[in-house]
Amino acid sequence: MSTTLLETRGLTKRFGGAQVINGIDFKVSEGEIRCVIGPNGAGKSTFFKLITGEHRPTQGSIAFLGRDLAHVLPHERIRMGMSIKFQIPGVFAELTVRQHLQLGLHRAKDDSAATLDRLLDQFMLQKEEHMPAGKLSHGKKQWLEIAMAVSLKPVLLFLDEPVAGMSAEETHATGELIMRLREGGLTIMAVEHDMTFVKQVASRVTVLHGGRLFADGPLEEILARDDVAEIYLGKKK
Amino acid sequence: MIQPASDAVSSTLRQSVLPRLLRLAPWVLAFCLPFVVDANASGNFAYCLVWAFAAVGLAAMWGQGGILSFGQTAFFGLSGYTYGIVTLNLGDGWLSSWSGLIIGLVVSAGGAALLGYMIFYGKIKGVFIGIVTLSVTLVLETFMAQTAGPQWAIGEARLNGYNGMTGMPPLTLPWFGGPVTLENTSFYYLVLVLLVLVYAFMRRLLDSPFGLALVAIRENPQRAEMLGIDIRRHQLLIFVLGCTLGGLSGALYTIWGSYITPSAMGLTSAAMPVIWVATAGRKSIGAAIIGTAVLVWLSQWLAIYGSQYALILMGAVLLFVVLAAPEGLLPFVSDRARWVFTRRPIKSRSFKTQERSES
Repeated sequence: MSTTLLETRGLTKRFGGAQVINGIDFKVSEGEIRCVIGPNGAGKSTFFKLITGEHRPTQGSIAFLGRDLAHVLPHERIRMGMSIKFQIPGVFAELTVRQHLQLGLHRAKDDSAATLDRLLDQFMLQKEEHMPAGKLSHGKKQWLEIAMAVSLKPVLLFLDEPVAGMSAEETHATGELIMRLREGGLTIMAVEHDMTFVKQVASRVTVLHGGRLFADGPLEEILARDDVAEIYLGKKK
Repeated sequence: MIQPASDAVSSTLRQSVLPRLLRLAPWVLAFCLPFVVDANASGNFAYCLVWAFAAVGLAAMWGQGGILSFGQTAFFGLSGYTYGIVTLNLGDGWLSSWSGLIIGLVVSAGGAALLGYMIFYGKIKGVFIGIVTLSVTLVLETFMAQTAGPQWAIGEARLNGYNGMTGMPPLTLPWFGGPVTLENTSFYYLVLVLLVLVYAFMRRLLDSPFGLALVAIRENPQRAEMLGIDIRRHQLLIFVLGCTLGGLSGALYTIWGSYITPSAMGLTSAAMPVIWVATAGRKSIGAAIIGTAVLVWLSQWLAIYGSQYALILMGAVLLFVVLAAPEGLLPFVSDRARWVFTRRPIKSRSFKTQERSES
């Protein structure tokens, strides 16, 4: 049986009177590409922020590699082996593409030129190596974000809407990139709206609805469920 | 198409050799200066360079790390007074003066660590850091200004209230046949060598992953944290380093003039490093050094006609910079000079265009 990397138990988050996340039990095992889907307002972003440490849970627990994260600060979670690609590209406009990756690789204690060149090559960013990241196209910014997250040599990679705003070709190329990362031994958890992308990469899908875990299982099984189609697409299948 | 050899050479000259020579030129000029002016003038130029350490510290904190501090003169004063207290108690001699300098730096670093810890671990951010550091500076000024009575003495050293401390010994070096006093030309060279060392160290530090992490924190702290960067630790470290450089300026200033008064920590003094660095270009420590030396020299020169002229000029220069060259005067000029020589696009303009397109 594969190892559990991340586990939440009874995870709950309230903002004032609003219960945004309601008792979620959730597990990610080694080697998966897990996609978390759900309609707007399902609680995906809050769920994500609870795991990364941006929000603190009202109740329940989160464990990563068997360690309870209740008192672990966000940057310490990253050092434990989590890595995050944000929804909105937050690249550092004045740093070059190369300097971005240097930052991550330095933290992973492997800033050799060979590793850096391999990353540039893997994420198709060789030509833009010395360009300030602020000048990259939207798609390339998204790739740089993913490359930065990968440069930390994580155990578990979180992707928050990795293909938001991308063209169909870029979405497909990103999907292939993600698949190659999994083949390289990385476990990935993605929050994504784009069902073409989800169908391309997901090995297992979790559906959130109204702050609760609505469904969880292999991709085909989830896609075949009528109730998922109903809440997600707002219509009967 | 194959480029003719002469064209290739001239292109290399323009793009690689020329900028390097231009970067080296100010240092060479500074080293040659005492050969063309008398000892007294060298001493006056040393005064202009003394302030550059505080400016380098502020440029590193503000330009690289996004921490706008009005506290440089607080540490300037702290270190200056410490130098006075130590040397007036230990007496003349090289051991006393160098101990004064080193203890002055240690006290500034300690004070900066305490204040920085309260700021960064107390989650004070942005403009509030400016307010807190300015308050600390003004509180120190007010406190020192009321130390006129004889009860305000540490050992032999009277603090002297608003009149300040005087009579501190200069720096001396032990030498065969008796100690050598560092004054005028020799003091100028001491300050210059220290400045070269500080510049080389800071350039290396700011180009290292630590420096890149500071830029990342300045541009997007939340994103930087998600790269595993401990924001508070990085900010505290650069704050302590920057403030200690402010302390170095203070100790050297006290040594130069053999006096220190509370007005060194007043409102006008506290604003000066910010004006110099903003005017010269806060993102380059080289620009901060040149800009500070030139502006201090200009202020000194204008002060002959009355100190208010210097302040009016500083205000006017700052207004021009804020409106026309927000990145600072030296990047503004060097971008345009580079365009003349290489026809490479002007950076400051392209940044503005980019901001517009992003918004």
